[in-house]
Amino acid sequence: MKFGVVVFPGSNCDHDAYHVVSKHVGQPVDFIWHKETDLSGFDAIIIPGGFSYGDYLRAGALARFSPVMESVKRFAADGGFVFGICNGFQILCESGLLPGALRRNAGLHFVCKHVNLRVENSNMPFTTEVEHDKVLSIPIAHAEGNYTCDDETYNSLEENGQIIFRYCDEDGEVTDESNPNGARSNIAGISNLNRNVLGMMPHPERACEELLGSNDGRDIFRSLTKAIELRQAA
Amino acid sequence: MKALVYVTLKPSVLDPQGKAIHHSVESLGYKNINDIRQGKFFEIALDPSVSEADARDAVERIAKDVLANPVIEDYRVEISQ
Repeated sequence: MKFGVVVFPGSNCDHDAYHVVSKHVGQPVDFIWHKETDLSGFDAIIIPGGFSYGDYLRAGALARFSPVMESVKRFAADGGFVFGICNGFQILCESGLLPGALRRNAGLHFVCKHVNLRVENSNMPFTTEVEHDKVLSIPIAHAEGNYTCDDETYNSLEENGQIIFRYCDEDGEVTDESNPNGARSNIAGISNLNRNVLGMMPHPERACEELLGSNDGRDIFRSLTKAIELRQAA
Repeated sequence: MKALVYVTLKPSVLDPQGKAIHHSVESLGYKNINDIRQGKFFEIALDPSVSEADARDAVERIAKDVLANPVIEDYRVEISQ
């Protein structure tokens, strides 16, 4: 099993993702410079957080044109696991790998804090290992995390179980007060129809050590590892 | 030849930055401003050998593929000599 972490100019959570995969997931992991195009040998590709291309034009808009992204699209089309975190989620939306867009936070502020997440679909590769009804505590750190999409897209996300995480309060209730950025229907993370591409604004790689206040992020990485193992066993 | 591209949020998309600017303008004492929406403006210099039709065609595609995110934004292209 091998993980890859894509590095764009301006990525800054690439080392965190690398650290978590190597130390806590315990699997081999390589950095992938954004000019590379060969993704053979990888089972999962992480598109990390940060400010690729300085967020010029729109967050994620220019990273989409990096050479590696054509390969990531093919990798995803072939069923490979792609995990976009924060800026990675923005890049996946701009690339068309996930529907919708991430806009400026409703309050205009950069919001950096722990939030509570409810798992809306626990029957997909990134969530199978999360305990039933567990509310995840995972930090966010973004200015453009306000998920938006048209009604048609929203309805299809809902019908197809593609809404994976919603912001909620500590009891798991989805409320306006627990929505940190104005995202439509408190959406914090979504997947593609095939469930092999996940994008989320919160940073599970920053929540894998008790010392950092939570290790709930490990549940997500553990789920993904299990999904890869199951696939390899098949 | 120059192409001017205006990118604006779709009318259905809330513009919190425009709203904040609107509040600031109101605080200056301007009373009759109903709304302010923020957008982006691009000036694209084209080689003079390109025909206006070709220029428009290329810039429309650039606007759709790069400058605007059609999920949330509209764009308008003007060609000037």
